Amino acid sequence: MIELYLLLLFMIAAAIIAVEIEDLLSSIVAVGAVGMGLSITFLTLKAPDLAIVQLVVEILCLIILIRATINRDITQVKGRQKFITIFISLTFIVLFLVLAWSSLKNLPEFGYPIMKVAKNYLAEGLARTGATNLVTSVILDFRAYDTLGEATVLFAAIIGALAVLRKTGRK
Amino acid sequence: MSNKPIKSNEKGMTLIVKTITRLTIGLILLFGIYIVLHGHLSPGGGFAGGVIIALSFIHLMLAFGKEVALKKLSQSMASFFESLGAIIFISIAVLGFLGGYFFLNFLNKGEAFHLFSAGIIPLANIAICFKVGAGLYAVLLGLVLLKTGGKE
Repeated sequence: MIELYLLLLFMIAAAIIAVEIEDLLSSIVAVGAVGMGLSITFLTLKAPDLAIVQLVVEILCLIILIRATINRDITQVKGRQKFITIFISLTFIVLFLVLAWSSLKNLPEFGYPIMKVAKNYLAEGLARTGATNLVTSVILDFRAYDTLGEATVLFAAIIGALAVLRKTGRK
Repeated sequence: MSNKPIKSNEKGMTLIVKTITRLTIGLILLFGIYIVLHGHLSPGGGFAGGVIIALSFIHLMLAFGKEVALKKLSQSMASFFESLGAIIFISIAVLGFLGGYFFLNFLNKGEAFHLFSAGIIPLANIAICFKVGAGLYAVLLGLVLLKTGGKE
């Protein structure tokens, strides 16, 4: 459990650095450190599927963010812009904390009762789907409707991004 | 297209990066395909494998410039593959009506720990891999093409 708290402290420190630092490129590197810490946290909590996805998506986001900032003329955030950035971040942090507190206090205690729903999947998953990776059998068989919704969201997002970023027909 | 920054951008990165890319890019692509095909046996799956495959193409684009990557897989082909993945996924779901209901695992379950097992799950993994990989590659390509377009 102690390594979990160490990773948590590392991630909080990296996030504070990402908000506070002046240079945008250094800030992106700090955001990447938060993502890597989260990936290692998933590994220590025995969720390799999530760890792989987190690591890979983090790399892709880092590439896109660096490409978006590296050719900008102004890479320093100063004065009024900095004030607005801190104000917006603080607003969203407070909003998130209030909403999270009001929804999380109704949840059962962490890890108790042990695997109320997952017990059935662990017992019957292999016999009913034939897949030895139970995560895949849940997301593509037991809960395939959720995956269909997720795929629809991703499809709509990518179509929207391509429509905004198109070159032909742009004045 | 006679601007200098665009021209130096097209040439890509240094010789060191290009050589390392030439050595590793096949392995990255192969690892992504492995993650997708073994999604029902080991950690991984369609989403992670698709992003790894997209990253191998993005790696090519960063090292050699966008022309080389566009020659391998153009933006219209990427859009085509994305839509194809979505259609395959929804077709697998609709084919479940053969046995009774939506998303029924209608194929033979097979033997556990074998590559050809678990019915529709590997097929759905491949469909999601097409969707995610081609979609993310197309978005990054859109960003890159828009940037050079805006400079003119």
